[in-house]
Amino acid sequence: MASLRDIKNRINSTSSTKKITSAMELVSASKMTKAEQNAKSFVPYMEKIQEVVASIASGNTDVDHPMLQSRPIKKTGYIVITSDRGLAGPYNSNILRSMYQAIQNRHQSKDDYVVIPLGKVGTDFCKRMDLPIAKSIVGLDDQPEFAEIKEIASYAVNLFEEEEVDELYLHYNHYVSAISQKATETKVLPLTDINAEGKQLSTYEYEPDQEEILNTILPQYAESLVYGALLDGKASEHASRMTAMRSATDNAEELIDELTLSYNRARQAAITQEISEIVGGASALE
Amino acid sequence: MKTLDVSVVTPDGPVLDGTYEMVSCRAESGELGILPGHIPLVAPLTISAVRLKKENNTDFIAVSGGFVEVRPDKVTILAQAAEQPSDIDVDRAQQAKERAQQRIDSRREDDIDFKRAQLALQRAINRIDVANH
Repeated sequence: MASLRDIKNRINSTSSTKKITSAMELVSASKMTKAEQNAKSFVPYMEKIQEVVASIASGNTDVDHPMLQSRPIKKTGYIVITSDRGLAGPYNSNILRSMYQAIQNRHQSKDDYVVIPLGKVGTDFCKRMDLPIAKSIVGLDDQPEFAEIKEIASYAVNLFEEEEVDELYLHYNHYVSAISQKATETKVLPLTDINAEGKQLSTYEYEPDQEEILNTILPQYAESLVYGALLDGKASEHASRMTAMRSATDNAEELIDELTLSYNRARQAAITQEISEIVGGASALE
Repeated sequence: MKTLDVSVVTPDGPVLDGTYEMVSCRAESGELGILPGHIPLVAPLTISAVRLKKENNTDFIAVSGGFVEVRPDKVTILAQAAEQPSDIDVDRAQQAKERAQQRIDSRREDDIDFKRAQLALQRAINRIDVANH
């Protein structure tokens, strides 16, 4: 049986771990609220741009733009959104596993795809698994601004435009609720399924012409899809970290309870032993 | 007096919502003035200032990478970045301007960074202009 002092030490270290995890839980909770707000304030922009794109794309069938067209697939691009730090429960492993499986199912050769990881965990994973990395970005802010992501988003869109890749997928954790996040795959490019169901589409005049507008709008639309996924992913990250930290705190509490019990038991045993020694010593004197 | 509902939205959230009498902005194909009752229109905007007129006041907004969507009673400006004059950090814009200028001076014209620096310069100048109004 462990000595009294050993148990005491373990109790102390567990309770300081508990302090850290419960602080991290609170921090993540507030970050999650902010991330949720960010994702919400992005919605009007996304809806509007989607509406305009949909009304142009569906209004006329003679619109022709490379980004709207599916072409034979020679190479596929994957953008995967992960976090920079761990301690977020299954957040990173879920998304990386689903991406890795998708890649394994679809491609035989390494020349058929490239990965664009966002976040350190994803970058390290790709290096370890020896996946071809086109470009990566680490150290994104917890409340990312559009400007931070613009460069990598336009880089990815560019890859498609220059026919380096023929389709572009996005892997991220979709924020369902604070306790549930779902690994999701969406196709960014080509923009084949722009849904505008239930929305009233207006017919516009185009200045100067449709082609010109599509040229500016479509890349912006694709970039904003990436940004939207990042905001969604960040909200999931904080939610996931919050849940992970909460269960860590709960576990620590349970452990402390158990240890306290065995500490008390050990103390009691020590006292009992001392008493019986004294009694034994006294009766030996008689 | 008829009015227009104007909203300016960016990926980072709405920048402005208000009612104005006239909107003028610079589209890629030239200057656009929009009054209430305009036909539905979509046009890409240059890096420029959007002017919003109400009675005797004119509000300015610096936009970059955006386009304007017009409906008879509503104007929506979607931009990758948009700022009200009060939100512009003039010092930062000034620094950005100098940095871009240096980069332009030190590079050849066919360089991709040259283009980027030119755009950065335009954005910085636009911000400074708007902030000084």
